Amino acid sequence: MVKLDLTGLTTGPAQVWGGVRLVPLTRDEPITGLRLHAKVYGDELGLVGVDRRTDYVSYIPHGFVATWTDDDTPVAAYGTEMKRSADHRKPPAHGMRLHFHRRMARRVDRNRLRFLPMHMAIEGYLALHFGGPEIVWEEWSQRAVRHGLSPRVEEAYLGAEVEGLADALKVFEIHPDQCGVLVYVADALAAAFVVPHPDDYRALHATLVRDLYGELVHHYATLAMPVPQFPVRLPDDVETMADLRAAAVRQQAEWARFHDTAMADGLLGESYAMGRVYRMGDYALSRFLPPFRLKQENHIGELITDRDGRTAYLKTFRLSEAQVRRGHLLTTPRGQRLAPRHHRSPPRPDRTATRPAPPGSRFRRTAPRGRPGPLPRGRPLGHSTHSAGLTRRTAPRVFRGVGPTRRRWLGLQLREHCRHVGRGGLTGCVNPGGPERVSLR
Amino acid sequence: MDAITADDMLMFINAAITSTAQREFHGGADDQRLSLDFLHDYMIGNYRDLYAAALALDINDHNAALIVRKLLETTGDATAAQRRVEGELIARRLRALPPQRVYDLFRALRRARVNNRRTRAIIRDWVVGRPDPAFDAVKYRTGLKRALRHAHVAPDGELGTFLFASGNHRRYDTPILETWRKAHYEHSSVYELPYTVAEGFAAKHRIDRATFLKRIAPRMTRLERLRVQESARRGNAAVAVDLGSMPLTRLASYVLALPVPERVERRAELTGALRAAAVRAAGRDAGAWGRVAAVLDDSFSAFGSAQKRRRPLAVALACHYLLAELAAEYVPLWTSGRTDALLAYPYGMTPLGERVLDALDQAPDRLLIVSDGWDNAPYGLASEVLRVWRARLDPERRVGAVHLNPVYDAADFDAKRLSPAVPTVGVRDAEDVPALVEFARFTEGTTGFAELQAHFDDRVARFLEER
Repeated sequence: MVKLDLTGLTTGPAQVWGGVRLVPLTRDEPITGLRLHAKVYGDELGLVGVDRRTDYVSYIPHGFVATWTDDDTPVAAYGTEMKRSADHRKPPAHGMRLHFHRRMARRVDRNRLRFLPMHMAIEGYLALHFGGPEIVWEEWSQRAVRHGLSPRVEEAYLGAEVEGLADALKVFEIHPDQCGVLVYVADALAAAFVVPHPDDYRALHATLVRDLYGELVHHYATLAMPVPQFPVRLPDDVETMADLRAAAVRQQAEWARFHDTAMADGLLGESYAMGRVYRMGDYALSRFLPPFRLKQENHIGELITDRDGRTAYLKTFRLSEAQVRRGHLLTTPRGQRLAPRHHRSPPRPDRTATRPAPPGSRFRRTAPRGRPGPLPRGRPLGHSTHSAGLTRRTAPRVFRGVGPTRRRWLGLQLREHCRHVGRGGLTGCVNPGGPERVSLR
Repeated sequence: MDAITADDMLMFINAAITSTAQREFHGGADDQRLSLDFLHDYMIGNYRDLYAAALALDINDHNAALIVRKLLETTGDATAAQRRVEGELIARRLRALPPQRVYDLFRALRRARVNNRRTRAIIRDWVVGRPDPAFDAVKYRTGLKRALRHAHVAPDGELGTFLFASGNHRRYDTPILETWRKAHYEHSSVYELPYTVAEGFAAKHRIDRATFLKRIAPRMTRLERLRVQESARRGNAAVAVDLGSMPLTRLASYVLALPVPERVERRAELTGALRAAAVRAAGRDAGAWGRVAAVLDDSFSAFGSAQKRRRPLAVALACHYLLAELAAEYVPLWTSGRTDALLAYPYGMTPLGERVLDALDQAPDRLLIVSDGWDNAPYGLASEVLRVWRARLDPERRVGAVHLNPVYDAADFDAKRLSPAVPTVGVRDAEDVPALVEFARFTEGTTGFAELQAHFDDRVARFLEER
């Protein structure tokens, strides 16, 4: 269990817009040995401020979509990756090929940063962190694009749907040496984002709005009132200009201390189970899991550290209550008995759902929260169940062309899920705001 | 009661100077329009006399037109004496407004179905008072036609035929009307028309853009020349412009629109033009302000919006050059810490508090802060520094401090204030800064309403005298 080490990063003064508070993190000395992959800057722009000849490691953020090969197929990075500067043209090792219709692919602006549609990223992201079935990911994603997800999706929202976040990011004034930001929604820490270099931050600042945020963050943003500013207070007993300046500097330090020990304590004060993914040069990429304490702040994330363990790259996602509970189940001894059973063989889309759980087993009772849902083989009529909104009237269509056993199993799943989500009947299965549509518009 | 009146009036003047109901960095156009509209309704409902008197002040054209419209819409609420004063103020202000604004105003009145006798008389008098009706008929054809129709005015001579029945007219005796008729089929006539009209004919005749710009250049107005500079260059044409004769803030906007490498290349030319404009704006006050320290905001929010591109930064840049002329000794402090004013661009956060401290370290006679007031690094430091400094280090008010704000804050119905210790006034053009700094004493709360009223009466009297 390791704590996050933000040495070298200074907490800057917060900027507030409505219910969103953005706290910048600045570096006095930017890290130049690790830089954002040139592709992310766009082919024409090239890498800003770095000598081409110097050898450095580059990284590709999770979900970044780029065309790496000549056949114009976009590939998404599945999990953050590091690369040698020499391997510029090679696609990510764990890339996910995306199959778009020609017309859709053409519409995408060449120079714009592209990231995965978030509903796919989140399911994959959590699977990645919990060691889910990776092998069928590509096949599964195609299925998700065509037919939508099973009703049991992870509840994550695009940053654009988080009330006020887009505006807050738009009016935020980036500090010249800023290398990171902590996003608070209704003063709850929603995400932390750290990069090695200010240029990387400037390139990626706007992508925070294409990022994913848990349902908790979305609800807070929708319901919260504007958060108060913490205005500076200077003492009245100053005699000279020097006193006044000293008082101002003290206030600044005071804020940084308050922020790091009180506001960000849920992230920085916690110990994490680090899973080293690999090491490249001076840098090591890890994914970390929180201790899954119920009803507390829990963040998962990806981290690149240097030899001394200092953070060069960090991206976190705040888990919602349901996800914490699921994680809790998987990490407790009882849950660990469940997890390997599920993950032993990668589920095949055409066979997973054929075998219902043994009736009356303990597994069945915990299953709806504890494991990813099976894929219905029957093609849902009309639009995807997920994006079109599953209502009482349309829901049974999902079951057409499905055998009686599977129908019973799916029905049970839906009911369980609805009970869990709320009292909204079958409509409760669909997010109120809804994550981004499946059809990649 | 008087204190509230004075407060409301100052708030309204700040709004009327800064807001143009366009998008700003921190708010959309709808917010701005709604907020400004409310403020106008509030003022006309409570202080009709003062509201009308605002026409005599240096408010922007958008607000002047809006005031005229609101006054004419509510003619029935005014007494006979009020109507007389309002009538004079409106007539005088309309003469000072650019004609396209006035035609827009008439159109707005027509749309709002305002057609009372006073409105018709005002339209008639304004149209009669135009120096060259035939030129207006060509350049603002639709506007004039609609205004005449709305006000039931029959135009003299050939204008009636030109505006309302030009279909198969053989020949006009007025030269410009005849040119306009010929321009339909003769290329050379196109270049004798005003630029905006000629542009339409050029498109009709498919005249090459470079050729067109080269030949129409003598017919362009000063600002039209400035505006087409870059597009002309892209089209391999050159339109001569005398930068030295441009107004200061316009020139600053033009400079900021140029890419930084080009500004470096043309440094001498641009600096010379900005200095010349500043000298003209400073006039007799040059060098009279003693030691001046200025905090100038070039943070990212100085970008303004897509509609008001770099307006706050342009005002700051113009102020920089103007203050350099007004001061005997001048210390500019940009929030970003950069020192080359000509290469300014919106960048980074707004550490106003820190810069104010730096400025006060210089022990100036005057402190000017040109900023949109969004102090965020950290929030509220500038306010506290100014408060403590005023209370503890400068209680006798030896240093005159003024905050000039180029941005209207829709939520506050005012230009955003930094601190109660320092007066905040709205600013639209840097050329008005000397007058605004004088005016700032009213917003400090040390003067009474009577003084403010006297100031307004004086301004109104002077305004009506200038014919």
